[in-house]
Amino acid sequence: MNNLIVLPLIIPIMVGIILVFLRPYVKLQRAISLITMIGIAVVSIFTLNRIQTDGIIRLDFAGWQPPFGILFVADSFAMLLVLTASIVTAICLIHAFSSIGERHEKMYFYPFVLFLVAGVNGSFLTGDLFNLFVCFEVMLLASYVLITLGGTKPQLRESIKYVVINILASWFFLVALAYLYGTVGTLNMAHISERVAEAGQGPLLTTISILFLIVFSLKAGLLLFFWLPGSYSVPPTAVAALFGALLTKVGIYALFRTFTLIFYHDPLISQTLIGIMAGITLIVGCIGAIAFKDVRLIVSYNVVIAVGFILIGLAVGTETSIAGSIYYIIHDMIAKAMLFLLAGTMIYLTGKSKIDEMSGLIRNYPLFGWMFFLVTCSLAGIPPLSGFVGKILVGQGAIESGSYVLLTLAFLSSIVVLYSLLRIFLNTIFGETIISLEDEKPMKMGMIIPIVLLGIATISLGLGAEFLSGYVADAAHTLSNPSVYIDAVMGGDK
Amino acid sequence: MKINDVILRTISRIVVFIILTFGVYLFLSGHNTPGGGFIGGLVLASAIVLLYLSTDIETVQKSLPLDFKYVAAVGVLLATATGFGSILFGVPFMSQTFAYFDLPIFGVTELTTVTIFEAGVALTVVGVLVTIILSISEDGG
Repeated sequence: MNNLIVLPLIIPIMVGIILVFLRPYVKLQRAISLITMIGIAVVSIFTLNRIQTDGIIRLDFAGWQPPFGILFVADSFAMLLVLTASIVTAICLIHAFSSIGERHEKMYFYPFVLFLVAGVNGSFLTGDLFNLFVCFEVMLLASYVLITLGGTKPQLRESIKYVVINILASWFFLVALAYLYGTVGTLNMAHISERVAEAGQGPLLTTISILFLIVFSLKAGLLLFFWLPGSYSVPPTAVAALFGALLTKVGIYALFRTFTLIFYHDPLISQTLIGIMAGITLIVGCIGAIAFKDVRLIVSYNVVIAVGFILIGLAVGTETSIAGSIYYIIHDMIAKAMLFLLAGTMIYLTGKSKIDEMSGLIRNYPLFGWMFFLVTCSLAGIPPLSGFVGKILVGQGAIESGSYVLLTLAFLSSIVVLYSLLRIFLNTIFGETIISLEDEKPMKMGMIIPIVLLGIATISLGLGAEFLSGYVADAAHTLSNPSVYIDAVMGGDK
Repeated sequence: MKINDVILRTISRIVVFIILTFGVYLFLSGHNTPGGGFIGGLVLASAIVLLYLSTDIETVQKSLPLDFKYVAAVGVLLATATGFGSILFGVPFMSQTFAYFDLPIFGVTELTTVTIFEAGVALTVVGVLVTIILSISEDGG
């Protein structure tokens, strides 16, 4: 019994509801939501450390023993993601304070951000596949609101696509769940894993696993990402940053969980398929990142490239490569939030979104310019920044298992990321300034501070990789040895 | 446009009470037998929607001055608070308890915390449903 691990889900929901009643008091809403996110970050650090000493923590709701009740399971992988998500959300909230505008703030912006966080945290923590569906829906409903809030024409156009594709994906999810329940007769993830192992992963279960692969790929933006660049480029900056940092990661998490815990018996099909999909995602994402001139689209295609890269770690499937992927997910949450904030701030400062319409921002805003350079280096994986460790471990794993094609694609994509971002950097930040001193919009402190905070985070994640390695190694160990997770859930009370 | 809806009005005046009673019955019988906060809430909401249909929005607002968005919010708060309450008592999240009390009129009655949770669910359903119906009708002009 550990009620601690339900807090990342229940606190945001309850606080969000209380904020509904505090609608007119914008300043109070800001303070409460920020304190909540920091509080959850503290709780996750505490939980993460307890997992290192006590092993995986489990909470059976209302005391119903698994596999009968629903439950939350906190292992290092889940808690690392919850921790990163809370920190990134807190920082995005600080940006929202000065960028989102009072109109949004009075239309329940903060409650919906908190509901989104609750859905994300619930998805990371749940140990029940149907519960995962419910948490996905909580997250998606909040994201539907956040993407349409404001109601501009492009927002509505993209949100229709976003809503339709996600409802379709959720329907597929439900169908896949029904098939799985019909086949193995349980929804508890550890119990499913046991039963799949007993029955052997025959053609029927493999088909179901491919259905799950399609569902989570739609959510993660793996190969089926056609909806992503459009819908991530229309909402306000702080929302786009939250989406870019958190939403695809939940799909990626679900892919990692299902294909390491449940459907790991037939690597020929699942891993080959994931490998092919990740490879194509990388190639197409790279083409997109180079092809467009709109900053927001370039940045959104960079999300796609990262998804491809992370899933190469899963496709390779060794403990090293999975550890690399975990590092890279954490890095990508921070760096993508930073990149989206930078892109949005750039558009706010110049009023333009095409890279050939802007120039010389570094003369007006030197700190801003260097922050962009920092995130470029970080995403390209230049040491000692945070992208480096993940890339090197995924690469090492790929060499160990001889997946040279994926290895080549992964590292070529890093060069394309570097090129696509340097193109923004050279066009918009270097060169002659187009903004005269009189026209210069002052940089708001509330906009540059979160960017600097994320910059500090990416540097310290790179330098402090050693400090994090214990947690990541534990997470990778649990993912590559399903029995650890199963024992923690099905092994009775300790 | 004023339509002649005498039949609708006369019948709904009686039927609303039957629906409301049935809704409360479903809600109370919920945790042991078929029924519960969700279905009870749906039935209660249908009674309110019927009132809106047979009279008009202003009249109902006058006799039922509630902002249904807040009704839904109170419902969620109530439901999550019962879950959260179990944390305060040091038992697993969402644990429920019950006991038998000798009440003056009802005799020996079973009182449970799950009823509070179900009340939260019912309020949420009523609030959300009526809000949806009202906002659709507003958009129609």
